[in-house]
Amino acid sequence: MYQYDQYDQRLVDQRVAQFRDQTRRFLDGQLPEEEYRALRLRNGLYIQRFAPMLRIAIPYGLLASRQLRMLAHIARTYDKGYGHFTTRQNMQFNWPRLEDVPDILADLASVQMHAIQTSGNCIRNITADHLAGVAADELVDPRPYCELTRQWATFHPEFNWLPRKFKIAFSSSTTDRAATRVHDIGVHIVRNAAGELGYTIYVGGGLGRMPMIGHAIREFLPQAQLLSYLDAVLRVYNRLGRRDNMHRARIKILVKDLGPQRFAELVEAEWAQVRATADGAALDFGDADLQRMATHFDAPAYRTEAAADRRYESAIAGDSAFAAFARRNVREHRVPGYKIVFVSLKGPGIAPGDITAEQMDRVAELADRYSFGELRATHDQNLVLADVAQEDVHAVWSALREIGLATPNIGLLTDMICCPGLDFCALANAGSIGVAQDINDRFDSLDHLYDIGEIKLKMSGCMNGCGHHTVGHIGILGVDKKGEEWYQVTLGGSAENDATLGDRTGPSFSRDEIADAVQRIVEVYLEQRRDEDESFLACYRRIGMAPFKAHLYPTEVAA
Amino acid sequence: MSAATLIRNGRIEADDYQWPDDADPIPGRGRIVVGLDRWRAEADALNRNDLQVGVALPNTADIESLEHGVLERPLLVLCFPGFADGRAYSQARLLRRRGYHGELRASGDAVVLDQLQSMMRCGFDSFALRADQDPQRCLDAHRAFDLAYQPLDAATPLVSRLRRSTAP
Repeated sequence: MYQYDQYDQRLVDQRVAQFRDQTRRFLDGQLPEEEYRALRLRNGLYIQRFAPMLRIAIPYGLLASRQLRMLAHIARTYDKGYGHFTTRQNMQFNWPRLEDVPDILADLASVQMHAIQTSGNCIRNITADHLAGVAADELVDPRPYCELTRQWATFHPEFNWLPRKFKIAFSSSTTDRAATRVHDIGVHIVRNAAGELGYTIYVGGGLGRMPMIGHAIREFLPQAQLLSYLDAVLRVYNRLGRRDNMHRARIKILVKDLGPQRFAELVEAEWAQVRATADGAALDFGDADLQRMATHFDAPAYRTEAAADRRYESAIAGDSAFAAFARRNVREHRVPGYKIVFVSLKGPGIAPGDITAEQMDRVAELADRYSFGELRATHDQNLVLADVAQEDVHAVWSALREIGLATPNIGLLTDMICCPGLDFCALANAGSIGVAQDINDRFDSLDHLYDIGEIKLKMSGCMNGCGHHTVGHIGILGVDKKGEEWYQVTLGGSAENDATLGDRTGPSFSRDEIADAVQRIVEVYLEQRRDEDESFLACYRRIGMAPFKAHLYPTEVAA
Repeated sequence: MSAATLIRNGRIEADDYQWPDDADPIPGRGRIVVGLDRWRAEADALNRNDLQVGVALPNTADIESLEHGVLERPLLVLCFPGFADGRAYSQARLLRRRGYHGELRASGDAVVLDQLQSMMRCGFDSFALRADQDPQRCLDAHRAFDLAYQPLDAATPLVSRLRRSTAP
């Protein structure tokens, strides 16, 4: 993975010193609260319902074991012994003391981590496919491009005070696992007809209260020229994006108001200007830059003899619990003899994405022992050990089972995406964690879950949509109705290549009704699907909303 | 408005420009700053050898379509109407890209210690500090980061260039 050189380290250290000074000035009354707020947000620090919340960047979801140990240390030292993986592959701590945050950032800097631009109206952490480098359907590893983009975006002086937050995601595979088309910019790495590498650029996707799918504004951008094009997009947005209403300030609104065609013309005109000056070439990736960056992501030293080992198959044959894990939580690796192992953070009784310090330490140990010292955070709020020799999968499973992280439910209904909700978040209208528990209880029989198959259930506690509810196969949105928590349900959303927004089922459900509503939706699917191979999403697209509505609101239909 | 402490050329300097109201008569000589609208309306009266006229641009002004006469001014003032409104950063870069070589001054609520270095890197070279700022501390603002990832300005060493020069 990427290792800081002296320059990266110097910049991160200088950022810690800058924030320490800003915090001291705030506490001394020299820095107005509103300004400190904007500055602390750019260092990941929110003031939440109960305490500050600190969001730590995990660039494109990639973590070294020593970094995970540091997160465990921070959880123990400065928080309540646990942390929360977010839907943007970052980690959040919900209970740090504001006064401690400069020290936390210094601790993070000691392992090449930071909280830079994890919130605020600036370019946020760059996200990517959590299977980058190991996925069979990958064109090239997107991470070198992500890291180059991360560096360009870090402390960009022109784009630190945008109309609103700005999220960029990369995908380089036939299956988009990074939800790129619901990002402000989605970068798809592609090859053109001439065989050259480059990008298709999508702009204007987003979730939140006006969910939209991004538009392709450039079908093919040459590989070297990514940053000058992003520069042009950001400049058009910084100049023309709305600032009079924060709910209309995302780039998706600008793209919508101008129309994607007109927006693309403005970007192309600006880009032509950038290319006409020295700025354009200065931003280009040189071949040597790309090669140097790519070496940071070289494949680890896979053992060729790993493919010959048969213990994985025999363990599956001999142990039905392990077989269930292998079926649900293990994916094929592109190197024979290796497997991709998912660590489920969606077990019963815990909030989706939560992990204790002890679990972090144990997972770090497993990464060291079995997966070349690295792991990944997924935007579905799980972890991945991406390079496990198949002979070791059983040992990894046993160790994960001991610490409650082996729930074999990846991709199933209980593998929900969920925001922290009313329990932690100052923005939320409704609880989401409790609802997740109820649904978990309702579908706790694993046999039943397998029978249902792949369903992406995504839940947010408010319109901001941190839980990606609008692109859930089943989406749940918490709303406040006269002080009570209610839940709107959508069906048929998807964040993958066929990105679509879900359709509302109808009136919302009370806290008492919502788990039952999910069960009814699943019942309709099980009854209507052609066979076990027809996914929930495919079934919904075929049969439409009517059968679901009829089962969800029987009295209305009768009346 | 001219009461603000001015940092220019890396030191605290007196503001040598007058800021007449739009209704005030144009003085016979000296240095003044007028708004873009007045400049356009009275360009003939303002374009005199004995008068040095700077122009203050609103942060919505489209720099690409700005008439050439504006780019020949000795001073252009860009405005940050709020601490978090970053439009003038892009305007500054566009002005420099269009070849503007005169004094480029930042004014308004964002002209504070924590933003000065970013402004410098985008092409500003003069800063009308917000009234509550400590001018001495602001003189050191450019020291917060002594490297940069983005090729924006000549003054800050560029990480990619350092890497190429130290690469094996």
